[in-house]
Amino acid sequence: MTAAAPSIVDPSTGAHPFPHRHLLGVAGLAPWEAVWLLDEAEGWIGRAKRSDILRGCTIINAFFENSTRTLLSFEIAGKRLGADVVNMTVGASSVKKGETLLDTALTLNAMHPQALVIRHGASGAVQLISEKVDCPVLNAGDGRHEHPTQALLDALTIRRRKGRIEGLTVAICGDILHSRVARSNFALLGSLGAKVRAVAPPTLLGDAVDRLVVDCFTSMDEGLADADVVMMLRLQRERMTGGYVPSPREYFRFYGLTADRLKHAKADVLVMHPGPMNRGVEIDSAVADDIVRSGVTEQVEMGVAVRMACLDVLTRNQRGVAGW
Amino acid sequence: MTLAFVNAANHDVVVVRDRLIAAVGGPVPGDARVIDCAGRHLAPGLIDAGVFAADAAACLAGGITRVVLMPDRNPPLDDPALIEFAQRIGKPDVWVHPLAAATRGLEGVELAEIGLCAAAGAVGCATGRSSIADTGVMHRLMQYASGFDMVVVSHAEDAALTGDAVATTGEFATRMGLAAAPAFAEALGVARDLRLAEATGCRLHIRQVTTAESIDLVRAAKARGLAVTCGVTPVHFLLNEQSVTGYRTFARASPPLRHDDDRRAVIAGLADGTIDVIASGHDPRSQEDKRLPFADALPGMTGAETLLPLALILAHDGAMSIDAVLAAMTATPARIFGLPGGRIAPGAPADLIVFDPHASWRIDADASVASAGNTPFDAMAVEGRVTMTVKGGDIVWSL
Repeated sequence: MTAAAPSIVDPSTGAHPFPHRHLLGVAGLAPWEAVWLLDEAEGWIGRAKRSDILRGCTIINAFFENSTRTLLSFEIAGKRLGADVVNMTVGASSVKKGETLLDTALTLNAMHPQALVIRHGASGAVQLISEKVDCPVLNAGDGRHEHPTQALLDALTIRRRKGRIEGLTVAICGDILHSRVARSNFALLGSLGAKVRAVAPPTLLGDAVDRLVVDCFTSMDEGLADADVVMMLRLQRERMTGGYVPSPREYFRFYGLTADRLKHAKADVLVMHPGPMNRGVEIDSAVADDIVRSGVTEQVEMGVAVRMACLDVLTRNQRGVAGW
Repeated sequence: MTLAFVNAANHDVVVVRDRLIAAVGGPVPGDARVIDCAGRHLAPGLIDAGVFAADAAACLAGGITRVVLMPDRNPPLDDPALIEFAQRIGKPDVWVHPLAAATRGLEGVELAEIGLCAAAGAVGCATGRSSIADTGVMHRLMQYASGFDMVVVSHAEDAALTGDAVATTGEFATRMGLAAAPAFAEALGVARDLRLAEATGCRLHIRQVTTAESIDLVRAAKARGLAVTCGVTPVHFLLNEQSVTGYRTFARASPPLRHDDDRRAVIAGLADGTIDVIASGHDPRSQEDKRLPFADALPGMTGAETLLPLALILAHDGAMSIDAVLAAMTATPARIFGLPGGRIAPGAPADLIVFDPHASWRIDADASVASAGNTPFDAMAVEGRVTMTVKGGDIVWSL
């Protein structure tokens, strides 16, 4: 007779802390599950935090779209936990058709990794792969859809700087239309009680965004008014030269975050950017480098901690952790 | 051989002789093979006005005896020889009436030889899966086609607005992160084509109208006396945009699925006769075309086998009578495309189906006889089933 597994049910919620096989998006997470993940991530913050709990585990980072920071962050997170991390980057052009995509996924699956971290340029592609493999899948960004670890690291950064998320006014500014970071943050910060605003020129706002956030603004000054947090989004170069806005300098004039414009926000405002930044386009260098108000480097640091927590939690079942 | 259909719910006796309907009513000839319809309905063989594949097995199982074939073939049907060949694809059991490609290679630039194609048997010409973006080309096409009294079948969407969109603009597409085009992209295309029809006197058939706004435009054009007709496929009156939840590529349609208000407007348009035709848009797709990320998957779905039961939902829900539903798949497309059949009358071709409007069954994609099983209606319970299909006096399929 085997001993009953110790209960990991959280007595305060009466629920399993994280009843998910994959991390495909934050839209599927209950608020307490997201908070629990953030608490787990807190435990991994710090220069000296490493472990060998994932020793012998293989983690494959399959990136079908270019990435430097997210890939690096996942790689470091895996290595700090003692896992064998393998990166597979596929140029956007060579793998475009999906049977190849599913074949690639099945090939990776047959190598029996303990987790797959996937980025893909098409919305829903990561979910499609997750349906065909038998290990946990972490979404590292799919098209315009979700980027859950980014939203979690943003939430963690805000929580550490501000001590809370609930009740804060968060202005997310820039290319909302094409941004998976914005979508994931709308869902996560909204569910954690922040008053989320979307600020963008009308061409980059996206339809019905007012259904996803508390308020939408097309004026930066109005959108920043009394904000506790300002999150700038990257504007892709090909979209700032006449496609969606006429020119970088016009964009900067009306939507760039400058010290002057930031005066509309609260004095202790936290400035964030998922990176890489276009200095002089969406953000002025003086603001980006403001060591008091900018949380940009802290976001990078939180990224590793959040990804360590996600890799730990999602592989617990396979590692035979009691209760999982 | 002489056949006599008796005991149908809607006909007394129908006699078939020499591949034609010989008599409606009257005595049963002594030499006739009597077919007892047992209270089921007897109807003309369905005419499916707008399919992408002449899938004979699926058509016969669905009671379809004639199809109007879209020119989107490989190569496109832009040549009289290809039109002649296409007419032989389904014979003898299903007759294929091809539409000529309106422009060479369906590229929307140069007019194709639509006159020669019509002489070779094309029943109209079509812009294909997409609209002709260049209004000048569309204008000249309709001017030219009017000279042959040829119907132009249009896919009405504003091509520049539609771009690479795979969904209808709105909260749902935004949440899903799908590239979306506004529903009014269709209304713009419809408005343009209606205006060109008015200017040229050309007969226009808009293959699919799927939004409230474009249906209103067609309704107003008909009230002005324009020679315009339009159609729809079941997916646009049965499903709305949320059917693609989970990135279900089988529910990817072109035009994309709409908001529920538009879906209900389609039903209203069918009920008041603004929408003339119900077609299947039968478009079998392989796994390679569908098991892809949503935006990379091709649109389209099979539908020949399920056309009748899905259309009958309109009758069972009280939106239309069974006769009106049948007319949208028989007499009306026959009139628009000048086809024989579509009616039960002496001298008409003996294309007939026997169906039970209340037989309930469950759609099963795995059991489909179509060349692929890509239907978003898999496992759906439906009412109404064809039990016998007769083509040219021959019983070509029975349950």
